[in-house]
Amino acid sequence: MTTTEEHINPKLVSILESISDPEIPVLSIMDMGVVRSAVIENDIVKIEITPTYSGCPAMDVIGDDIKRAMQKAGYKAEVDLILHPAWTTDWITPRGRKALEDYGIAAPLDAEADKSVLLEGKQLVKCPQCGSKNTKMVSQFGSTACKAQFQCEDCQEPFDYFKCLK
Amino acid sequence: MKNKNLYNYILGIADNSLILGQRLGELCGHGPSLETDIACTNMSLDLLGQVRSYYQYAAKIAGDGRTEDDIAMLRKEREYFNVLLVEQPNTDFGYTMARQFLFDVYHFLMLTELEKSTDLNLSAIAKKSIKEVSYHKRFSSDWIKRLGDGTEESHSRIQTAINDLWTYTDELFHQTEADKAMVAEGVGVDVTKLKDAYYEEVNAVLEEATLSVPESKYFQKGGKQGIHTEHMGYLLADLQYMQRTYPNMEW
Repeated sequence: MTTTEEHINPKLVSILESISDPEIPVLSIMDMGVVRSAVIENDIVKIEITPTYSGCPAMDVIGDDIKRAMQKAGYKAEVDLILHPAWTTDWITPRGRKALEDYGIAAPLDAEADKSVLLEGKQLVKCPQCGSKNTKMVSQFGSTACKAQFQCEDCQEPFDYFKCLK
Repeated sequence: MKNKNLYNYILGIADNSLILGQRLGELCGHGPSLETDIACTNMSLDLLGQVRSYYQYAAKIAGDGRTEDDIAMLRKEREYFNVLLVEQPNTDFGYTMARQFLFDVYHFLMLTELEKSTDLNLSAIAKKSIKEVSYHKRFSSDWIKRLGDGTEESHSRIQTAINDLWTYTDELFHQTEADKAMVAEGVGVDVTKLKDAYYEEVNAVLEEATLSVPESKYFQKGGKQGIHTEHMGYLLADLQYMQRTYPNMEW
């Protein structure tokens, strides 16, 4: 896991934390782990973000949101999209995982758990509504590129699972 | 253009994903079920996202003021270098999954090698894409097995699709001039070396799906040189319609 803290100017943290992922509004872009660096050079804020998925349409919006928030705080900002190192679900912070669960999206487990579902192995994904592990995958692809569709066999509620990406 | 080989090499990779992404996108709202509809459009979105990274890089190399959109939307049929496999029509869900599976196995193997490229841009795109493509491959392999080992009807349909599309698989392993030049520089992937692993993996899935491996040794080629099947013109008409009708439009 790569930590980014040392590349983020402490003055900018609270501004960045106020910007949320447009598709999962409970999650800030900091908790999502997409902000890779944020520095101030000659009064210009330079920010690097990385996409969760290549085709994620939220990235353009996030870039615009950052520029707007920085402008409000009195900074001029430049936003760069970087691809390397590639984003992984490990970069979602513990606070972000909790926010996902509270919002009704099961947080990513590990690659083995994702595979286990497909191979009809042990059931590991917990229903965010009732907490039961008696769940089944409906489809590997869900409402956004980063999610899979699940259903709880106990409370019958359908829910999204944030799939593991490593 | 100084780096013509690199430019053409990138287009060769990216055009496959653009055209397959367009085909999958045609299923938006037309998939056989809600889940498969969403899955196909998700895969389309992944591919188009990857394509943007490639074309942005290609536009930088071209350095003639063209943007990623110009490269995607404003070339003529003969200037697209995708393999014939990816432009084949959706026909039925069996064809859609057979085409996807036959491409995904190749795509995954190719990206695994491209990760090692000495070109850091290409290596970064490959590292990002391979995570997404592993989901695509899992999805399409799964459907090959479900359809093959399903009912008599699904078995016969997916076997027909595999038999028909088989003729386009060999082209995946043909080298272009740009390929050869880029392999020599350590930038490109030597696709000829992927062939054995490809057929081994494809055959294993077909066997598990109770399908027979086609024996035909007759293969089609031409896409990599810009000579396409009759389906390509219709696909491009659809893809390019807005840009041709309202030049330079943005949304």
